[in-house]
Amino acid sequence: MTTQERAIPAPAPNPENQPYFDACARDTLLVGKCDACGEYHFYPRRICPHCLSDQVQWVAARGTGTIYTYSTMHRGVPVPYTIAYVTLDEGVSMMTNIVGFAPGTLRIGQKVRVQFRATEGGIKVPVFAPA
Amino acid sequence: MTIKGKAYIAGAYEHPTRKAPDKSVAQLHAECARGAILDAGLSKSDVDGYFCAGDAPGLGPMSMVEYMGLKVRHVDSTDTGGSSYLVHVAHAAEAIALGKCNVALITLAGRPRSEGSSGTQPRSYGANAPDMAFEFPYGMATANGYGMVAMRHMHEYGTTAEQLAWVKVAASHHAQHNEHAMLREVVTVEDVINSPLIADPLHRLDCCVVSDGGGALIVTRPEIARSLKRPLVKIIGAGESPKGQMGGKVDLTYSGAATSGPIAFAEAGVKPADIQYASIYDSFTITVIMQIEDLGFCRKGEGGRFVADGNLISGVGKLPFNTDGGGLCNNHPANRGGMTKVIEAVRQLRGEAHPKVQVPNCRLALAHGTGGQLGSRHVGATLILERE
Ligand SMILES: [Zn+2]
Repeated sequence: MTTQERAIPAPAPNPENQPYFDACARDTLLVGKCDACGEYHFYPRRICPHCLSDQVQWVAARGTGTIYTYSTMHRGVPVPYTIAYVTLDEGVSMMTNIVGFAPGTLRIGQKVRVQFRATEGGIKVPVFAPA
Repeated sequence: MTIKGKAYIAGAYEHPTRKAPDKSVAQLHAECARGAILDAGLSKSDVDGYFCAGDAPGLGPMSMVEYMGLKVRHVDSTDTGGSSYLVHVAHAAEAIALGKCNVALITLAGRPRSEGSSGTQPRSYGANAPDMAFEFPYGMATANGYGMVAMRHMHEYGTTAEQLAWVKVAASHHAQHNEHAMLREVVTVEDVINSPLIADPLHRLDCCVVSDGGGALIVTRPEIARSLKRPLVKIIGAGESPKGQMGGKVDLTYSGAATSGPIAFAEAGVKPADIQYASIYDSFTITVIMQIEDLGFCRKGEGGRFVADGNLISGVGKLPFNTDGGGLCNNHPANRGGMTKVIEAVRQLRGEAHPKVQVPNCRLALAHGTGGQLGSRHVGATLILERE
């Protein structure tokens, strides 16, 4: 890590997604998986976005994936930070931050692994660092 | 059923202000409404349908119909972000075709410049927005969302920062002739890529302006349009298409235009090669390249090469675009660029664009909007208009 990290604003969970953030507190990344159509989905919900079945499960992801795309915000913010989509090994892509890399070294397709960071409200969220 | 030929755009007005610290948002809406009604040669009492989106203050049509003292029998507050006003034109045509109203007024206005809005600050839509908890912590703002789209486009297709810059260069060539434009200085590719990096790979000059202002349109039935003294601008095709993360099957290489465009072209019975002028949503330079590909003006992945070397400059290139200077140079009222896209297409078809940028004998124009975020979820809306 070569740069100061940005303070992460807290998410505001709702009753549907509270289990996701409860799992983050245990350093576990959950994704949604549907028993009816067999598909994973993200962000996780209690109704499958592929088939509208309510037979959806919370499933622990492996926590590894590759960078689909990223962008570092350089201006208008106190500390530069990098937003990204990471495609998990389960096949779904999620929005996240990439941390713990030297400037100029990121590339699309790079392997990354999940970490958990406390936000300003204390709730933990997943971020990713080069594997 | 089709809306082709069922309705005409008879009035169009763009507010000249770019900074309005001393006006209310409702006032700006009403000033735009008055401008469009006068432009059409109609009066307030002729308006019997009203359309507005999320920029309308209070409870949208409830608040604004009362503020303006309208007597309408049809309202529609469809909000698809910056593309709302293209959707409204299509929905107004539908309502007119069904006899629900005869004269539809559409307004947009806002004061993001006076209120200190910035494309580098994340917007919160509240805990009930289903995506918020999974995105807000990561600092998803406007600029870095489009940055991610541009980064992937470069990776997939070899698009370059210089090609992105050409979009801004073309817009600036047009804006120099617009006395109301915020940025009238002609810029070069080097100016763009040497401007400060905001959200890589996007530089400051790849981003649209933040401006106050607004605009309004009047859509009406054929008999009324023909009774007025204005040139006839006929609505011949429309399409609308939401696109998002698809349950995690994220694909940022295409936009809603890939669906809304073909629907609009099929309804109009014309092809991309027939279009003489295009208003293309230009929140960022990458937005234009993406939509030009998705609308079929070139093949997917070739948008960067298509826009290079002045191909979007009126009188120079094959596809004159945003001849008012667009969101990149002219204005972006309420952070929503769809209204001004329709207005400049109407000017071109009427022959009322600035002489330096007017497309000769312009008979067929397209306007396309992307509302929301290309990097997460948005609604693409396409309109095809014909001079009769
Ligand atoms: Zn399912």
